[in-house]
Amino acid sequence: MAQMPEIIRELCNGCGLCITVCSCKGLVLIDNVAVVIETAECAYCTECEAVCPTGAIRCPYEIVVEEG
Amino acid sequence: MSVDIEFLKTIPYFQGLGLAELEAIKRFVFEKSFDANEFIVEEGDPGEALYFVVSGVVKAFKTSAEGKEQILRLIRPGESFNDVPVFDSEPNVASAAAMGPVVLYGISKSDVGIILRDHPQVAANVVKVLAGRVRHFISLVEDLSFRNVLGRVAKLLLEYAENRTGPERPHLTQQDMAAMIGTAREMVGRSLKALEEKGAIRIDRHRIVLTDKRALRGTAGELL
Repeated sequence: MAQMPEIIRELCNGCGLCITVCSCKGLVLIDNVAVVIETAECAYCTECEAVCPTGAIRCPYEIVVEEG
Repeated sequence: MSVDIEFLKTIPYFQGLGLAELEAIKRFVFEKSFDANEFIVEEGDPGEALYFVVSGVVKAFKTSAEGKEQILRLIRPGESFNDVPVFDSEPNVASAAAMGPVVLYGISKSDVGIILRDHPQVAANVVKVLAGRVRHFISLVEDLSFRNVLGRVAKLLLEYAENRTGPERPHLTQQDMAAMIGTAREMVGRSLKALEEKGAIRIDRHRIVLTDKRALRGTAGELL
């Protein structure tokens, strides 16, 4: 399963800004809360996190050293 | 719930204690669980208990009047927080929140006093832990004073990739990184792009892969 942005439902105010910047249609509003739809098209651009005014979207990175 | 003696042994505050002493201390320990993003303590509240992270990661942070967050440190299993208000009886100096589901061990302020009185080795350990904490904050002041944002991002990446303290190494968002190094999220994004263009890192979807540590050290101002 591809890593997708994470939504903190309690913080989402349903403004829909994340949906307007998502180029892969990986987000929808359900009951006025943003919901992630898993899609192989998601490039993890993190634009949704950048525009979220309430900090409800998180795009975490694992930080690793290249092996070998 | 039962407090795990084996885990207590791994806590720096309790290093060098015998089984009998750990058993005595165990009586004072309580367990608490928190969900992701839940506040554990809030800045300005009285410091009622000392906490140790058992599993998960906790962030200690300050928030400006404008709502900007500065992460002071991330607290991993075995490490403590809320020490300062418990020791100096002043209000909490920072807030703490769970970065994911966390389990904590806590000891009330009055019981910490009893433990310090009855177990002098713990007091000696506390001095060592707090000295380490001072080192950490001196390093943070140094970063904020002398390093540009690109250098701070490079240093943060090196520190987090090399900190192999087990499975609890936290995954960080660009916002987390910004809050840790005292800058805006946009600056972190730009710095990551610049480091990728230099060939120092590769952003592999949700992984930041450090491909040239020497170049990162150079950017961080830590040429070896």
